[in-house]
Amino acid sequence: MLEWPVLSLLIWMPILGGCLVIVAGDKGDGARRIALAVSVLTFALSLVLFTEFDRTTHEMQFVEMAHWISTFNINYHLGVDGISVPLIILTTFTTILVVMAGWEVIKYRVSQYMASFLIMEGLMIGVFSALDSILFYIYFEAMLVPMFLIIGIWGGPNRVYATLKFFLYTFLGSVFMLVALVYMYSKSGSFGILDYHGLRLGMTEQVLIFLAFLAAFAIKVPMWPVHTWLPDAHVEAPTGGSVILAAILLKIGGYGFLRFSLPITPDASHSLDWLIILMSLVAVVYIGFVALVQQDMKKLIAYSSIAHMGFTTLGIFVVFSILDRTGGTSGAVMGMEGGIVQMISHGFISGALFLCVGVLYDRVHSRQIGDYGGVVNTMPVFASFFVLFALANSGLPGTSGFVGEFMVILSSFKANFWFAFLAATTLILGAAYSLWLVKRVVFGKVANENVEGLQDINRREFLVLGSLAAVVLLFGIWPAPLIDLMAASVENLVHHVTISKL
Amino acid sequence: MSQFQSDILLVVPELFMLGMICVVLVVDLFLEASRRDLTYWLSLLTLAGTLVLTLALFGFGQGNRLGFGGQFVMDDMAILLKSSIYLIMMAVFVYSRPYLKDRELFRGEYYVLGLFGVLGMMIMVSAHNFLTIYLGLELLALSQYALVAFSRDSGMASEAAIKYFVLGAIASGMLLYGMSILYGLSGSLDLAEVSNYLATNTDKNLYMAFGLSFVVVGVAFKFGAVPFHMWVPDVYQGAPSSVTLYIGSAPKIAAFAMIMRLLVEGMGSLFADWHQMLVVLAALSMAIGNVIAIAQTNIKRMLAYSTISHVGFILLGILAGTPEGYSAAMFYAIVYAVMAAGAFGMIVVLSRRGFEPENIVDFKGLNDRSPWFAFIMLLLMFSMAGVPPTVGFYAKFSVIQAAVRVDMIWLAIYAVVLSVIGAFYYLRVVKLMYFDKSENEVGMAPVTDAGIVISANGLLMLILGLFPGGLMALCANAANW
Repeated sequence: MLEWPVLSLLIWMPILGGCLVIVAGDKGDGARRIALAVSVLTFALSLVLFTEFDRTTHEMQFVEMAHWISTFNINYHLGVDGISVPLIILTTFTTILVVMAGWEVIKYRVSQYMASFLIMEGLMIGVFSALDSILFYIYFEAMLVPMFLIIGIWGGPNRVYATLKFFLYTFLGSVFMLVALVYMYSKSGSFGILDYHGLRLGMTEQVLIFLAFLAAFAIKVPMWPVHTWLPDAHVEAPTGGSVILAAILLKIGGYGFLRFSLPITPDASHSLDWLIILMSLVAVVYIGFVALVQQDMKKLIAYSSIAHMGFTTLGIFVVFSILDRTGGTSGAVMGMEGGIVQMISHGFISGALFLCVGVLYDRVHSRQIGDYGGVVNTMPVFASFFVLFALANSGLPGTSGFVGEFMVILSSFKANFWFAFLAATTLILGAAYSLWLVKRVVFGKVANENVEGLQDINRREFLVLGSLAAVVLLFGIWPAPLIDLMAASVENLVHHVTISKL
Repeated sequence: MSQFQSDILLVVPELFMLGMICVVLVVDLFLEASRRDLTYWLSLLTLAGTLVLTLALFGFGQGNRLGFGGQFVMDDMAILLKSSIYLIMMAVFVYSRPYLKDRELFRGEYYVLGLFGVLGMMIMVSAHNFLTIYLGLELLALSQYALVAFSRDSGMASEAAIKYFVLGAIASGMLLYGMSILYGLSGSLDLAEVSNYLATNTDKNLYMAFGLSFVVVGVAFKFGAVPFHMWVPDVYQGAPSSVTLYIGSAPKIAAFAMIMRLLVEGMGSLFADWHQMLVVLAALSMAIGNVIAIAQTNIKRMLAYSTISHVGFILLGILAGTPEGYSAAMFYAIVYAVMAAGAFGMIVVLSRRGFEPENIVDFKGLNDRSPWFAFIMLLLMFSMAGVPPTVGFYAKFSVIQAAVRVDMIWLAIYAVVLSVIGAFYYLRVVKLMYFDKSENEVGMAPVTDAGIVISANGLLMLILGLFPGGLMALCANAANW
């Protein structure tokens, strides 16, 4: 165990770094360099979590605790377990890529751009490490502010509509959670998340609290039918914004289910799991079809994100059916682990796909599939990356996309054949929309002059896409380090939800 | 120490204020226009001196000190609220000086009337008797009527002043009528005695409720709660911005104190009655304020409707009827006054000779003209919307917490949903500042004292948001009923 406050450093270093970037101003490369330095430092620091993490226990680690608002017994309480560590590292990793991706592209107010992303990074790490529910809520909400600005300032033509929709949608969901948290405080006298885990609640209370959490997290994930903000936000956001949105913000919804809904309201989760499973399967199947017909590349990837996140929520909530049917926890653990692996993997893959679209958009200034064709002829290196990520998106064995999907489908079989059957349609649908996208954009004859004049990716872009390709393959071939990291925490969580709180 | 001495000691800050107002008035009379700054500095000095006196003579945690036969009280709430009022009023004076100068309104009356208003607020906060409450209220109200009409050549200002005066007079009449009924029943004007009487003579409940409802009407009018809110938008829009800044900030704290003294201290045993009335007022205020603000194009009018919605939230804390609720409402009232001072202050500070950001679109592209002021305004807007990590979040959080504690969960949900609706129009200001390009090329003035103070005011939203514990604890200690 380390003595110094790693988590606080991880949260505050990027936030203060962001302030520094603002001070550096827009002239020259100062803002970019500081931003890159801060994000690399933060990433290096987050690796400490990976190396020093004790994989044998589900207890919270790197815990920090200080009194904050004594009137309401709110504490500055941080700590991580096997579920949050991978998400934190995903955050720090993605932020580096985003900073690099915006290096030349962003011309307007570059210091504010970089600062927004750094502050965002600190807040997201705060979300994943907060153990006090109000602290969590503050990070959760504060995150909206930089994202609101990122989409609104550097976004596309319809950015104002998209960013207001994004903000108000998420804000609306989360206020219900606030009321639920306050209600539980009035029952327990504490805002500690771990105290809530042990809090006994009646069935009606649990159902209402569960629904309040559902409002917050389902919008964040986003689950069908409250997903409508996502395509707009993705399409209008600048590349970096889309990447952060897809890679990390959506994961916060899944994380919320794991940290709040399941352990706090296990009985309500059990009795309402059909609702989540239904919503997840609709997302997988219906949204898969919706993705198929998109003409806009970013929209297509956005819908594919919704479908993939459906897998995550399916994996998380299928545990109850498995427990009921098999009586053992091993299948349930696999389902949940699959859901989490899917979150991490989707973070890499969707981020990579948005970066690929960004690469094309920077050159041609169009996101329409119809404006491309035959890109492989002029950009062979780029094309190979794009094909790799598209294949990973459709769940090709050997890529990280396969591991999570396979685990979820396998465990769904233990619950119900039809769950597994419907979930498995994604293998076809995912392949269909991903490969068809590749076919139309990358292959074929050179479609027009714009494509003919394309330059292949430069060293910076190669570095960004190459590092993502490396991790996608790494976790596809050897997912064990990731699964080891979370095993103890997931087992404990599954064990926890089997105990009724009534 | 004789009774008289200890009584006098209790009102030393008020006496100092009164004496200084007279000094300012006389000094200003003999000043040339070019040296009017002296009036301004004297006024600031007066406020600072009163602050020092208040804090030096009375410490927190010394209990209720009654004086003048129970007419005047000095307790923790009074100290806290008075100190906040002084500080906010100092900021108000600093913001408005350049504005008044640019508009040829830089006259001593602004400061004299303003200070008289502060004296009225001080008396309202410390009043413990129907008569003292009324005296303080009228002293404040008369100063405000005159201030609104301060820009004599402006038709809109005169119209606003007349509306304000007529409606205000009716409300005062209502309040007096309610007080007289309660006096007729109990035979006393003293809040403690009225409270005793009400608690022991429950058979007269109907008459009491009758008197109470007039009192609530009067109070709701002064606070600007729906359906007694009609004057708020017109007065806020019509008055010169520096006066709107005055009316919109510190007097809300005084109005809050008046509600606490009258309803909680004086008529605590009628809780069940006024609880229901406040539920209606709060629910309507939050809905009407937030929804109608969306349709506004004038920023002062928009902020006026936003005030109405914030009043609803403050009432939400009071109607919980618990010490927690009172302290939450107190926290909200103070935070709101600081936010409002910042938001109206920003309008005043950004004004130039011949230009005033009256309409919301005048904030277009502020980020290009001045990233710093845009950021300060962003903090203020997000704080008003209640988005963490600004202090506005804790204000909403604590009143909602108080409501949930007394099992008014549906009202709490109603409140948070309306706060989401309300977030829209604050976000629109941010949108204009950051996402749109500027149309008029009004350059930014060099950094002035007003610029520095408003920066501090905006940053306070963030600082109090990161460390809200201190002010919350002060409020919790002050709300000890």
